[in-house]
Amino acid sequence: MGNKAKNKKLTPTQIEYQSFAQAHEPARPVVKNVIRAFFVGGAICLFGQFIQNFFMTYFNFTEKTAGNPTVAVLVIISVLLTGFGVYDKIAQYAGAGTAVPVTGFANSIASAAMEHRSEGLVLGVGGKMFKLAGSVIVFGVFAAFVIGLLKWAWSAIGGMS
Amino acid sequence: MLQGHQSWMFQNKPVILSSAAVGGPFEAQGNLADDFDLLYGDLWLEQDSFEKAEKKMLEDACDTAVKKAGIQKENINFLLAGDLMNQIISSSFSARTVGVPYLGIFGACSTSMEGLALAAQLVDSGAAKYALAGTCSHNATAEKQFRYPTEYGSQKPPTAQWTVTGAGAAVVAASGTGPRIVSATIGRVVDMGISDPFNMGAAMAPAAVDTIEAHFRDLQITADHYDIIATGDLGKIGHAIARDLFEKHNINVPESKLTDCGLLIYSDKQDVQAGGSGCACCATVTYGHLLKRLRAGEWKRMLVIATGALLSPLSYQQNESIPCVAHAVAIEQ
Repeated sequence: MGNKAKNKKLTPTQIEYQSFAQAHEPARPVVKNVIRAFFVGGAICLFGQFIQNFFMTYFNFTEKTAGNPTVAVLVIISVLLTGFGVYDKIAQYAGAGTAVPVTGFANSIASAAMEHRSEGLVLGVGGKMFKLAGSVIVFGVFAAFVIGLLKWAWSAIGGMS
Repeated sequence: MLQGHQSWMFQNKPVILSSAAVGGPFEAQGNLADDFDLLYGDLWLEQDSFEKAEKKMLEDACDTAVKKAGIQKENINFLLAGDLMNQIISSSFSARTVGVPYLGIFGACSTSMEGLALAAQLVDSGAAKYALAGTCSHNATAEKQFRYPTEYGSQKPPTAQWTVTGAGAAVVAASGTGPRIVSATIGRVVDMGISDPFNMGAAMAPAAVDTIEAHFRDLQITADHYDIIATGDLGKIGHAIARDLFEKHNINVPESKLTDCGLLIYSDKQDVQAGGSGCACCATVTYGHLLKRLRAGEWKRMLVIATGALLSPLSYQQNESIPCVAHAVAIEQ
């Protein structure tokens, strides 16, 4: 759909060139990327599980309450790796594997904050650190709101919760 | 003097008295490290922002070029410079330091040859005795402005290119010893509807081909006239497309003659996807590597075509396609 709508604006020569150019572009190695993302993302989650078990075994956390400190540890590690300039290199290898877990969210905020540090604390770091994460928050909160509304409506009409 | 539709023949053949190339740490690991005049081991160049680092490199390139030419800064009549930053701050701020009359230009990555062609025109017409043409780019500032934060973990597609950290400058004079600028062709803006900013090579290739064909047509020559034809920053994909476009248009450009600065600058071991790009790509490779080989007598005549993608972060967010331009300058030993 999107492609068709875009092509409407193009002349026949442009459309012909698009397919000509496309033939020269190496395809994104989707299968390779998916496998890498699966294993790296899985490894991060496995690591998170270890942290959670650690908090439950050695501290007074339950399975529910251990979630917050676990996320905090992952976020701190991710921010540190971003600061040391390694995270983006791992991400080039791992793709969605490092982007989807909470580590990717932390990286998007930390990297933007670092990037705009030279523009000052208020307009630079403060104003721009949510440049990438901002839309995740906006649409995340909105999606949660809609789902919450649906759940409420479901129980209001007597549905099972 | 105008030749054909869009080309200039320079009657007095202005001389490139000297040229300088400055690079960053990543360029120092590349194939052409030996051809740089100055290489920095640190992306920051001891400055407190990447933008200042970029400006510093252009200042260094200008200083080095003037010094190598054996003249004083005061002799330079005009500085023509441009870069990728908003409002071309790197160039204008460098011009503040250099302190000579300044013309700011913008042609994105085609700025290097746009500047050189204009400098040659100024000198050839007698409007200047000495003109300095320069340009610069910095990987981190370009990523920041056009893409994502430097440390953001996004996976780049194989069509992406790596912005060169560096600066190049050349002193053009009416007389002296050195390679001579014989002709130049100013390109028109070509837009083939590519809108992916991670695929600049494919967007720019038609512009490069258009300018080269116009050059051949205006001067009534063929590719045989040149020993080497170097495009600015088409990268692997754009280079392959350009080759096939020539074939499609029945223009014979031997594979051995056609090269690309974006392919030359980095080694295969460096993870740069499709190759180098940025204003400094064509500038450093031409002013460092290519001119060195021309001076050494390896080639007699070369044609350099700097290619530029004239997009802005705003334009691609509004789903505009990428208009591109290419300018060609012919240099003889």
